Amino acid sequence: MQALRRHAWLIAFMALGLAFPKLAAVAGQEYYVSFVSRVLIWALLASSLNLLVGMGGMVSLGHAAFFGLGAYVVGIIGLDAPQWSGALVAWPLAMAVSALAALLIGVISLRTRGVYFIMITLAFAQMLFYVFVSLKAYGGDDGMSLARRSTLPGLNMANDTVFYYVVLALLGACLHALGRLRDSRFGRVLRGIKDNEARMESLGYATFRFKLAAFVIAGTVAGLAGALMANQNSFVSPNMLHWDQSGTTLVMIILGGLGSLWGGLAGAAVYLVLEEVLTAFTRHWQIALGLILLGVVFHAPQGIAGLFARKKP
Amino acid sequence: MTWLLFLEQCLNGLQFGLMLFLLAAGLTLVFGIMDLINLAHGSLYMVGAYLVATLTQATGSFFLAVPLGIVATALLGMVLEAMVLRGLYRRDHLSQVLATFALILIANETTRAIWGVQPLSLNVPDGLSGSVQLLPGLSYSAFRLAIIAVGLAVAALLYFVVTRTRIGMLVRAGASNRQMATAMGTNIKWLFTAVFGAGAALCALAGAMLGPLLAVQVGMGENILILAFVTVVIGGIGSIRGAFIGALLVGVVDTFGRAFIPTILRAVLSPAFADAAGPSLAAISIYLLMIGVLFWKPQGLFPAGS
Amino acid sequence: MSELLLETRGLQKRFGGLVATDSVSLAIRRGECHAVIGPNGAGKTTLIGQLSGVLAPDAGCVLFAGRDVTDCSAHRRAMLGFARSFQITSILGSFTVVDNVALAVQAVSGSSFRFWHAVNTETELAEKALEILHRVGLEGLAQRTARDLSHGEHRQLELALALATRPQLMLLDEPMAGMGPDESERMLSLIAGLKGSHTIVLVEHDMDVVFRLADRISVLVAGRIIATGSGEEIRANAEVRNAYLGDDASGEGMP
Repeated sequence: MQALRRHAWLIAFMALGLAFPKLAAVAGQEYYVSFVSRVLIWALLASSLNLLVGMGGMVSLGHAAFFGLGAYVVGIIGLDAPQWSGALVAWPLAMAVSALAALLIGVISLRTRGVYFIMITLAFAQMLFYVFVSLKAYGGDDGMSLARRSTLPGLNMANDTVFYYVVLALLGACLHALGRLRDSRFGRVLRGIKDNEARMESLGYATFRFKLAAFVIAGTVAGLAGALMANQNSFVSPNMLHWDQSGTTLVMIILGGLGSLWGGLAGAAVYLVLEEVLTAFTRHWQIALGLILLGVVFHAPQGIAGLFARKKP
Repeated sequence: MTWLLFLEQCLNGLQFGLMLFLLAAGLTLVFGIMDLINLAHGSLYMVGAYLVATLTQATGSFFLAVPLGIVATALLGMVLEAMVLRGLYRRDHLSQVLATFALILIANETTRAIWGVQPLSLNVPDGLSGSVQLLPGLSYSAFRLAIIAVGLAVAALLYFVVTRTRIGMLVRAGASNRQMATAMGTNIKWLFTAVFGAGAALCALAGAMLGPLLAVQVGMGENILILAFVTVVIGGIGSIRGAFIGALLVGVVDTFGRAFIPTILRAVLSPAFADAAGPSLAAISIYLLMIGVLFWKPQGLFPAGS
Repeated sequence: MSELLLETRGLQKRFGGLVATDSVSLAIRRGECHAVIGPNGAGKTTLIGQLSGVLAPDAGCVLFAGRDVTDCSAHRRAMLGFARSFQITSILGSFTVVDNVALAVQAVSGSSFRFWHAVNTETELAEKALEILHRVGLEGLAQRTARDLSHGEHRQLELALALATRPQLMLLDEPMAGMGPDESERMLSLIAGLKGSHTIVLVEHDMDVVFRLADRISVLVAGRIIATGSGEEIRANAEVRNAYLGDDASGEGMP
């Protein structure tokens, strides 16, 4: 049934992912391993936002805050507490900080709806952006470099291919978990809330708690994505928290398929590949991107996942 | 801190607030009447500034360029409304956010393509480049005074149009109850286009006036867009009065924050930290203001149709 | 076990200058079917909103089995045993019919903060949902997407959702609104079958239905209860005749 198909796709994806660096090496295109790592990290971020927006119906323009927080935790540890820069400590810490932030921001923001929710989440993200801009000790506006990547016992994380495998494994695990979440009791309630919150309330569901839980889960995964991105680029900057980033992530999920498990991955891939391809043609590739986005919003609002959805009888 | 300095900052706050009002007025109407979240509102402001800067260079006269730029931007706005935005009125907020985000991308990149990445120079026109002695010890830029005058004049004009004319009544009705406005037999489409065009004209005016003070560059729209949205949320969606009060509040808080918070911090904390944290805290103060207002009044200060 | 399952005392609600609910005191007995009737604009849905917990009254209180629930939210009240059907259909349009009801069943079958196990392995939820669908006559449409149903079928689904949480108290807001005669008849016998085992507050326009179903009737006019009593008492009440039955001789009462 559903779960079987999902598992099949997941296995296929992991198999392809595992094979990719070998194929790239054979084709002499090792550069692309690093590129695909970035795609996978963006896919993780976009998937977390898809949980919030696509499944839960909460349009947030402040999701980048958790992404940036996770990244800065890794960066700050690298500078101030290098004894903790093992991935097994730093990454869970990044997730914990993001989770806490999501809890605090969510408790306040989720009391609002619609455009007010959009504005409040935007406001919190911008505030955090300005906080990090003001922290000159950590690079301020210019951001700061990481001396080296987080360490994992027995692995050479400086090697891009090794790091790629780590990212792939984490993305695979998260997609698996998100898939299970989707089909779980919690997932069904969340989708019900997106469909008709008043109805769900009258059935006896404390909708605020479910939305808050989704908000925190999404923020936590975004924090992990941030930690990974900090490692990927060996660099963190306040721009990671800017609402532009939140906007770009939203673009990815609409491209890939709102609410679909694979929407984050498909959208990240399409977006970043488009960027690579279009940049080769013109410096002004964002015009093309804008036009494509408009086309998707008006004519294909289901995104790529819509192309794969079974047609209704 | 002398009280003359305080007065000067009041004027600065008033000046910035009035310009913010020009942006917020259009935004709140579009939001209130057409239920449209328009992220590209800031892009109209940017386009207005760019057009006025270019026309000033071409014609040699700022005062000629401004009305031309306003008309051109209004027309552009109306074309945009008819071709793209009209299809969004019935859509959900996410679709509106994404579509208007796409417009920002297109607008920014097109501007870069035409004018390059370097900021455009737009100078204070010769006639207004001096200062005026307001009080002994207080000289204030003539241009800024002109901005205040123009801002107040436009606010008065808007007030008159919205409260005393038939079209203003339609606009107010539409803002508080869309179905009622349709039932009154208005040609809704025409009204929407006109409102949008007016909003675009206001954006262009603000762009023209702020251009000489801030930089005319790509990205100028996004910075002020957020402030405009915050203003609209604080003031209450759909309310011009709310936009006015909200804009003055935001203008004053922002100006005072930037002027005085670093000074206050320096007295309390180390200079290095104060210099770093000061501007950020000033920026953050606006958001704290918005969150505070929403806590006390979840629909803003003067929501339309309440 | 108190005799009164639901009580309101001096319920008051105004919207700006309009008094929507004016000092309403109701006493709903356990097991009865109590109809609330009144002309359009009388404030019936506002009253239901305050009973179900969606709307907070400006004054007065709501008591459930003797316990003050005025400050309880809608979901708290649902957990205590309230169920509501909406006058304007409010279902989960993107879900299948059976999943709509299964979600309702799930709400009273333990915690939904379970993130790992697939909910469709919990066959009892779907089984109970199908039972309820059978009761309301919708089991043939179980796999259909809910928004694709006809209006009458939507109203049946509304009732199914109200039943699924095994409530003690059912607040039914015009359950038969917009239904044809056959469908209405079926709905009527359905609700009749619930009498005794459930306590029902029924907002209705159709006087035929009201007189056939209700044990007692309260008449709401301009936010005030002007009379409460049995069918005969209400029919005989002159004030009621003037205010309501007089202009609604046909009993259909469509605006």
